[in-house]
Amino acid sequence: MSRFTYADAVRQAIAEEMERDESVFMIGEDVGEPGGVFGVTKGLWEQFGPDRLWDTPISEEAIVGAAVGAALVGGRPIAEIMFGDFVTLAMDMIVNQAAKIHYMTGGRLSAPMVVRMVTGTAGSTAAQHSQSLESWFVHVPGLKVVAPSTPEDAKGLLRSAIRDPDPVIYFEHKQLYGGRGGPAGDVVQVEPIPFGVGRVHREGEHVTIVSYLKTLHHALAAAEALAEEGISCEVWDPRTLVPFDHAGLRRSLTKTGRLLVAHEAVTRGGFGAEIAAWAAEECHDVLTAPITRVGARNAPVPYAPELESHVIPDADRIADAVRKLVG
Amino acid sequence: MERPDGEEALGLLRRMLLIRRFEERAAKLRAGGLIPGFLHPYIGQEAVAVGVCAALGDDAVLTSTHRGHGHLIARGADPARMFAELFARTTGYNGGKGGSLHMIDAALGFLGANGIVGGGIPLAAGAALQLRRAGRTAVGVTFFGDGASNEGSFHETLNLAALWKLPVLFVCENNLYGEFTRQDRHQLITDVAERASSYGMAGVVVDGNDVLAVRDAAADAVARANAGEGPTLLEAKTYRHRGHFEGDMGRYRPKDEVAAWMARDPIDLFAQRIQDEWDLPEEAVVQVRAEVEQELDKATAWAKEQPHPVPSGALEDVYVETYEGAVLR
Repeated sequence: MSRFTYADAVRQAIAEEMERDESVFMIGEDVGEPGGVFGVTKGLWEQFGPDRLWDTPISEEAIVGAAVGAALVGGRPIAEIMFGDFVTLAMDMIVNQAAKIHYMTGGRLSAPMVVRMVTGTAGSTAAQHSQSLESWFVHVPGLKVVAPSTPEDAKGLLRSAIRDPDPVIYFEHKQLYGGRGGPAGDVVQVEPIPFGVGRVHREGEHVTIVSYLKTLHHALAAAEALAEEGISCEVWDPRTLVPFDHAGLRRSLTKTGRLLVAHEAVTRGGFGAEIAAWAAEECHDVLTAPITRVGARNAPVPYAPELESHVIPDADRIADAVRKLVG
Repeated sequence: MERPDGEEALGLLRRMLLIRRFEERAAKLRAGGLIPGFLHPYIGQEAVAVGVCAALGDDAVLTSTHRGHGHLIARGADPARMFAELFARTTGYNGGKGGSLHMIDAALGFLGANGIVGGGIPLAAGAALQLRRAGRTAVGVTFFGDGASNEGSFHETLNLAALWKLPVLFVCENNLYGEFTRQDRHQLITDVAERASSYGMAGVVVDGNDVLAVRDAAADAVARANAGEGPTLLEAKTYRHRGHFEGDMGRYRPKDEVAAWMARDPIDLFAQRIQDEWDLPEEAVVQVRAEVEQELDKATAWAKEQPHPVPSGALEDVYVETYEGAVLR
């Protein structure tokens, strides 16, 4: 039986938005005829043809730069960076060009575009194919940053990202795709989801766990285990890191009084630091315990499975952190 | 292209003079404290911008460099709004948020000067791609220097544009220096245009101080682009008369080299040629010079009267749909 996977969600969002708007097109390595290295764009080339899906040489800066140029003159490009690690080669075009054009020109030009990239580990993908670099982009005014955790959110948020008038950085987690190059799953109708609206995945009373992408699922598993110990966790997903649903997080913290942030990115300088700082400044009146972060330990992502699992946080590490927080 | 008639020739001279005098005035106004920030003068390279832009239709889309004033004026921009931008006023081209390094005129298809060396190159190719997708025959034009031809963005974009036969003119203004470093110390080739052959595109070298030669070479490149024959790497050999930026005295350049190039000033060369080759009244060139001064007097006077931004405006224009600066949707 087929099912609706995260990969299906991304593919369907692109297809539906391409149907809706002629100016939407994709540009990237292997995105067209080959159907994408993760099979995410499979079938789109047959459906839309080479004018909508541009297979490029391995040239990350030119891919994103061409997308910026196209966006400036009426296109709605979706640029794909195959592995997020390779975005290092395109940083000028994202940080100095796309993010700044609207501002530098006093609002006279804008670059409505999406840069999709694959993030996180997939099991022994090692140091140059496993990183979680979202905090880099959160730090740059002018960019919006999306990190969907479920197929429904992946579809609804990508539809919004493609329609958004600003440059959007859109992260997809490798381990959430759910089947590589398999048959297309069910088509599920999902309306565009507005940016800046978080989602409560599980209601709880004792602690709010903020998480996104793959780690959100670890947080849900931890919450399930902790429930048997009488600890009630609220699991809250911001869905978009920029804009961030500050009001939604405050509502949750007002209820629980405790905050734990969990993500796959390195803890130091990670997005959790931003959430923690904001909560400390703006929610100290409702907080009853120190804010806690769980993220990757301070090392590049290693190859050996036992090393990787020591670095990357899992449900056990989240559960341990919650026990300390409520204990 | 056909030989221009007298009026067209005077128009080219006028445009070059407008660039030269705009920049000389800007340098003086900066020294007088009216312009904050950087200025990278284009003086000496005027024939490149004016020659290329004379070969373009209204629908062309352009990207530029840190030395962008000349390209913008050659494309027909309003010097008054350029001065207002340099003076950091709200009615300047970028509302006072860009300054010299980011100046635009979207109505002229001018997508901006660029503070990043090589930064505008992929943007022009992307714009050309989108215009072709939209069924337009417009060309993309990107100006850059010999220094930028060592950047990854140059190589990646030339390969991509050649592969897809995009209608793009890659215009390398080879002024012999990448910032303070002479060409023979930053690349082993003399002609940047040689690099075209490794991407399968046309490469052309032209005298960048001869406005008509540049115009004709650019027209050929536009014709190739419009015929579906893809991009051209057009290298214009030229020289900047001043330093890399205002304040840099350019002492790293040999005196005899500077003198030799100053003797081939593109404006003087063309003014002389106009008097020699076209049947124009003796006063015609003098009158053009006077008109340029009048236009720039008016432009600076207007710009000086323009309002300064209010500080809170700094949080506007970060996003099209504002966020944090104003309203989160």
